[in-house]
Amino acid sequence: MNRFSYLRASDVGEVVSALKDAPAAKIIAGGTNLVDLMKYNVERPERLIDITHVEALQEIIEGENGSLRIGALVSNSALAYDARVTERFPLLSSALLAGATPQLRNAATVGGNINQRTRCYYFYDAGTPCNKREPGTGCPAKTGLNRIHAILGQSEACIATHPSDMCVAMAALEAVVHVTGPDGERDIPFADYHRLPGDTPQKDNTLLDGEVVTGITLPASSTQFSANYTYLKLRDRLSYAFALVSVAVALEKEGDTVKRARIALGGVAHKPWRRAEAEALFEGKAADSGLFARVADALIDGARGYEHNAFKIRMAREAIIRALEQASAGTPQSNIDKHIV
Amino acid sequence: MAPPAKATSAPFHAQTVSLTLNGENKTLQVEPWTTLLDLLRHDLRLTGTKKGCDHGQCGACTVLIDGERMNSCLQLAIMQDGKAITTVEGLAGEGEDLHPMQAAFISHDAFQCGYCTPGQICSAVALVNEGRAKSRDDIREMMSGNICRCGAYPNIVDAIEEVLAEQQSGSRHLEAAE
Ligand SMILES: Cc1cc2nc3c(=O)[nH]c(=O)nc-3n(C[C@H](O)[C@H](O)[C@H](O)COP(=O)(O)OP(=O)(O)OC[C@H]3O[C@@H](n4cnc5c(N)ncnc54)[C@H](O)[C@@H]3O)c2cc1C
Ligand code: SF4
Repeated sequence: MNRFSYLRASDVGEVVSALKDAPAAKIIAGGTNLVDLMKYNVERPERLIDITHVEALQEIIEGENGSLRIGALVSNSALAYDARVTERFPLLSSALLAGATPQLRNAATVGGNINQRTRCYYFYDAGTPCNKREPGTGCPAKTGLNRIHAILGQSEACIATHPSDMCVAMAALEAVVHVTGPDGERDIPFADYHRLPGDTPQKDNTLLDGEVVTGITLPASSTQFSANYTYLKLRDRLSYAFALVSVAVALEKEGDTVKRARIALGGVAHKPWRRAEAEALFEGKAADSGLFARVADALIDGARGYEHNAFKIRMAREAIIRALEQASAGTPQSNIDKHIV
Repeated sequence: MAPPAKATSAPFHAQTVSLTLNGENKTLQVEPWTTLLDLLRHDLRLTGTKKGCDHGQCGACTVLIDGERMNSCLQLAIMQDGKAITTVEGLAGEGEDLHPMQAAFISHDAFQCGYCTPGQICSAVALVNEGRAKSRDDIREMMSGNICRCGAYPNIVDAIEEVLAEQQSGSRHLEAAE
């Protein structure tokens, strides 16, 4: 790890001014991603701003009609087991518990989770070129080991994926990210928070320099998805592995028909992958296997694989269909019994 | 591209950290880049906590921070100011040689080489305290953050199941006595 100075911030204003004073500073929350990357010399901050003592970011606040505003420092465990979350937004709870381990979830925060970096092997290896780590040096993943890489939305410059499980559920639940920076506060719809790599893969998201994430709101309208949902995660081991493909499904049903559908994919793109056209195929139609297959095809249309990850295209299609069946039947995937029914 | 970093005047120096370690108050000088794991093993010579992968992937470094299990390799020591840390050395209660979980690991032969054991035990103690595990499958999933290369998993689950059952019948006795 490089040498750095350390500042313990006590409020959001202090975080914002500290970021302004030291552009090469980094915020640290749970530390589970940043400290890991610092040990590999991938991140070399000159100053760490410890936000864990900022009181205002610790709480889950009740909004109107069941919405919840989750402070950036709420841990992944606290969020997953909060009774309001398990009742109103069980999809989020399920996705959180599908990720990492109890130890990591205790330390990991909401703000850290959405800002975690890719797990691309080359990004992690400071001895290799990588456009995300060092813009302009190239992307060895395209012709190298690319089993965990993207099949949708990738660019010539970068084929990395965003590794979070939580964010896939947040995308389906249409959460809103709250940030504060030198110019004040702004709200970012979840779909616009993470971005596709294009020719600037060094930017994972639309957070501007000097901004801090203060919280995330789960909207009241998404409480309607609490009966018909699932988070289906496919990976190399049954626990403690990142997703090869994951699917978050949130349906609002009326009898046999689907009034509203939200579907997001993890492990396949630089951001949680949604397509409004695919979701729109549902509206007002009876949920049946023919429709599920058409939705799956629309969601992954144009997918392109590489030497080691082409299998993900078929895997994603089957996983979407299976997840839609689970959600429609009201039988979400269990995180304990890993059999997929 | 971003302009080169402006140098800050902030010095790279050690700072004072006060914490409780296995019930004892400690005031220490800590460099910002020291992990909690290195503070424990290197500076304080508490070598019960093990360094496995040093990247949060194996669980050998699991300790309890304010009662919650975490990977000490990914925690910076300087951020532990005001916290209570419990390591495997501090699990046994007053007048106890071993914590019941340690005793159960011995009686169930829940290890072979023993390297992962302190982390397994700290993690298992937290699992019981969390009160969420009800079945063997729950235990297996909730212990997934602790890897055992010798593959002692069945016996580890046996040991935890026994302590969990004892604790549940213990708390039933307590309720009945009230
Ligand atoms: C072995 C291992 C396995 C894992 N498995 C999974 C998995 O299966 N699924 C999964 O989803 N995740 C997994 N993770 C990743 C884990 O979820 C993240 O490391 C964690 O969520 C990051 O949160 P943190 O609070 O520790 O972030 P930190 O490490 O503290 O920060 C991460 C980044 O976010 C920035 N940041 C933090 N807070 C803020 C804020 N409020 N505003 C702006 N920027 C901020 C930091 O500057 C840093 O760049 C795994 C991690 C490990 C080590
Ligand atoms: S896929 Fe992206 S992160 Fe990985 S090597 Fe290529 S540019 Fe770097």
